[in-house]
Amino acid sequence: MIAVNIEKKLKAYNGLQVLRIKKDFLPGGITRITGPSGAGKTTFLKMIAGLITPDSGIIKTNSITWFDAAQKINLSPQQRRVGFVFQDYALFPNMTVKQHLEYATDDAEWINRLLHIGGLDTFADHRPGHLSGGQQQRLAIMRALAIKPKLLLMDEPFSALDLKMKSALIADLQVLFTKLGATTLIVSHNPQELDGVSGDELEIF
Amino acid sequence: MDLSPIWLTLKLAAITTLILLLVGLPLAWWLSKKRSLVKIIIEAIITMPLVLPPSVLGFYLLLAFSPQHGLGLWLQQTFNVQFVFSFKGLVLASIIYSMPFMISPVKSAFQQLPASLSQASYTLGKTPWQTFWHVLLPNIKPSLLTAVVLTFAHTLGEFGVVLMIGGNIPGVTRVASIAVYDSVEQRDYAAANNYSLILFATTFVMVLSVFIYNKYQAKSPLE
Repeated sequence: MIAVNIEKKLKAYNGLQVLRIKKDFLPGGITRITGPSGAGKTTFLKMIAGLITPDSGIIKTNSITWFDAAQKINLSPQQRRVGFVFQDYALFPNMTVKQHLEYATDDAEWINRLLHIGGLDTFADHRPGHLSGGQQQRLAIMRALAIKPKLLLMDEPFSALDLKMKSALIADLQVLFTKLGATTLIVSHNPQELDGVSGDELEIF
Repeated sequence: MDLSPIWLTLKLAAITTLILLLVGLPLAWWLSKKRSLVKIIIEAIITMPLVLPPSVLGFYLLLAFSPQHGLGLWLQQTFNVQFVFSFKGLVLASIIYSMPFMISPVKSAFQQLPASLSQASYTLGKTPWQTFWHVLLPNIKPSLLTAVVLTFAHTLGEFGVVLMIGGNIPGVTRVASIAVYDSVEQRDYAAANNYSLILFATTFVMVLSVFIYNKYQAKSPLE
């Protein structure tokens, strides 16, 4: 289980606003995170990943404390090892599709499986600049999964995919999530996108 | 024609560029991250040689490293090192003089990389050093090449600073640009022309090559 109870001051156009989130996420569950632009959805994911430090509060997974402001505990992103799909994909322009996955893991069999699920087998030697938007987005998802994360944070991961591709991919991903036992948090602005997939919902406003 | 000024110039430019590459890369990386007052001041100091008359810079270096007093005296007595009127002094002066040409393009290139690139690498468990080596550095290659070539070419062309701190000692501190001046003073226009032509041609070819390479890169930056 992941227990989050944090606060962070955010700079907004109308001055400072405080982002307060208190929620427990069930292991193996998929939670959809919604809310208006600028509410702090991305900031929330980055705080869980250790990329942004909350002002106060606690983040705990199972028995391990990732962050505790009072006790000055703050594990690095490297120690937390969450799978993270960035909204801008954050692909490495110098690496091919396959090199992205090889950078993340040594497991060749797993790499092949991810290439297949992402529909990227035939593009293994292409660099991001030569991929379509949808292919780039799928690569970003596969790279996040390459480290076999127990916690997967996805920031608008399906925005560039067409409907058919999206439902096929989500079906495949659900199988993977179950296999990995991954807890998944998905930021999504599209209310229908995760119908029937996500069990839980968190609204940030 | 005495070719020793040409070789000396090339040696000076190569050593300066190599040292600036080693010092400049981490420094540019550090400067590219979060700004602070200290960083702004350091950056201003690094940029000064761009706007300061070279003779001013050379004059201060001459004062600082004069073996008669202060730092220069201490270096002389403690390490038996003398920077004034020596090749070492030329290298030191060139490093300071050419530093903005290395730091500025590399720093801008680091700043233009999205922060999410490093963040993605960190979430994959990679250290800042692995991230720097495998993700950041390969993606600033064109700017790095530009910086290296400009630093080299700029060092070939210095005159005021090296004259002030190094003087005009044949085989030791008489670089090509000083040899040109010296030849003209002695009315040996043929020699001056030879040195000038070699400097002109070398720098032109270098700068042109970088422009062509980067134009090709710009067409297909990810290939």
